[in-house]
Amino acid sequence: MTNYFHSVTLEEEKCRGCTNCIKHCPTEAIRVRKGKATIIKERCIDCGECIRVCPYHAKKAVTDPFSVMSEYHFKIALPAPTLYGQFGQEFSRERILRGLLGFGFDWVFEVARAAEIVSDATRQIIKTDNVKKPVISSACPAVVRLIQVRFPNLIKNLLKIESPMEVAARIAKHTISKEKNIPSNKIGVFFISPCAAKVTSVKAPYEKKESFVSGVFSMKDIHIKLLEKMKNIPQDYDCDLVSSGAYGVGWAGSGGECNALETSRSLAVHGIHNVIDIFEEIVEDRLNDVDFVEALSCTEGCLGGPLTVVNPFVARTNLKWQIGNAKKNGFSYENTAADYQDLLWTKDMEYKPILKLDDNMMKAMMKMQKLEEINDGLPGLDCGACGSPRCRSLAEDIVRGLAFETDCIFKLREKVSDLADQMKALEHIYKPKTED
Amino acid sequence: MSSIIKKEYDIPANDFSLAGEASSNVRKLLTQLGVNPTIIKRTSIAMYEAELNVVIHGNGGKARVEIFEDKIEIFVFDEGPGIEDIELAMKEGYSTAPDSIREMGFGAGMGLSNIKRNSDKFVLESEPNKGTRVYITIYLY
Repeated sequence: MTNYFHSVTLEEEKCRGCTNCIKHCPTEAIRVRKGKATIIKERCIDCGECIRVCPYHAKKAVTDPFSVMSEYHFKIALPAPTLYGQFGQEFSRERILRGLLGFGFDWVFEVARAAEIVSDATRQIIKTDNVKKPVISSACPAVVRLIQVRFPNLIKNLLKIESPMEVAARIAKHTISKEKNIPSNKIGVFFISPCAAKVTSVKAPYEKKESFVSGVFSMKDIHIKLLEKMKNIPQDYDCDLVSSGAYGVGWAGSGGECNALETSRSLAVHGIHNVIDIFEEIVEDRLNDVDFVEALSCTEGCLGGPLTVVNPFVARTNLKWQIGNAKKNGFSYENTAADYQDLLWTKDMEYKPILKLDDNMMKAMMKMQKLEEINDGLPGLDCGACGSPRCRSLAEDIVRGLAFETDCIFKLREKVSDLADQMKALEHIYKPKTED
Repeated sequence: MSSIIKKEYDIPANDFSLAGEASSNVRKLLTQLGVNPTIIKRTSIAMYEAELNVVIHGNGGKARVEIFEDKIEIFVFDEGPGIEDIELAMKEGYSTAPDSIREMGFGAGMGLSNIKRNSDKFVLESEPNKGTRVYITIYLY
């Protein structure tokens, strides 16, 4: 179903049925059943935590193969600013962008530039009074999905502006279509992504019917080849592909989006479990003095994305150097978001109440009562051996009819011991009469 | 009519890091029941404030939550110093929280009025040296 397209998928033959992934999933979307992990599609937010923790690399992010480029007449690369953090100081932004042309792209447009436009619009929006504060960034699609399934009360806090990726795709397409007189459908725009969630947001966008992005390539697939291609480009190479200033480049790391807003009334949180903590504070009105929250699913922000290559902390240092350079070049960005109305989402987001036990509240209450009862009888070790992440989630699965109490090895042992006792009792009653 | 679901939570004294655990738990519960998000929000704000009062002023206590077919009842109580002048305590901005707590961003004197605002029924019982009891009712529909 297109409704539930996910980039994060399981390679069953590699899965050994261990419980690493179920314990780390922030929406409890994974179960191990019959010795293999299964992803509950309705719950998955494509954060990629499971990709990171799987010791057997059985979880992967589906991205597009390079061959999809051949379907288009004019091809444009949209590198996420995260890409700049993947290389050391000998690789300037000019070299990286020029290197990308070596993949067969006709042009490169920096997503970092679009990020600056988004920041510009955000600055204007948080100044107005008709938005729910704190405004929560919608740049990270995993976070947006998290809100959609777990924090319905925060939907109205979401910044309903298209992501830098979408804005970049739109600008790139329009620019080329106008300049070269090529019809839009012949122009392919390809995002070079640090994460799985971006793939999902292209294939199954939440905020509008169709994405402007034609395909998504994994940063991992590009990395080594790009290094090769950059070798032939001189270190002091200069080109006009660079269009973003320091703010846009900084977006790749945690705190970058906040920085660009130039206000102290902002908060940056990264790592999906930290994000959940902050969201709980917002829901309970505990977060004061903050107008804007930048929330990124990965540790260190996009630099820690599951499709990146370099350690996120190393990448941060690399990025710092790129930001410094961008400042030195003194790029002043013109105010292109003066009218941000056309950047707004065209479709509102709906709450997906995937956690509820039943559509009928009375029935849900009866199930909850049963759930509590079962949960009280479970050992409370949260060992995961049953295939559910916690004892409570096993109780939930049982109530939903998806698991049995004896999936718990402690419960099973009790039952076996009971059976043994019963057999012993039977043996006593029906002792065979022997002649002796 | 008896309640369908009953939960009890311990509220620790003076530990801010644990304040909010009970209300957060209740929020998850209500989400699983499919309760309207606005009602969930009201419940968790009211309960969090009541919890926080027990942490700051009450020397720790307990919260009992009962869910009925049509309402949630929350009973939060402590055996702390109690409130001398309830009417005054209900005033917005009135607070007896020491400076150390105000410096942490708590104790702005909005707690009780915040509970009242978010609940459908709110009863406060207290006497000096006999603790404080807060009864909150929120209707599900």
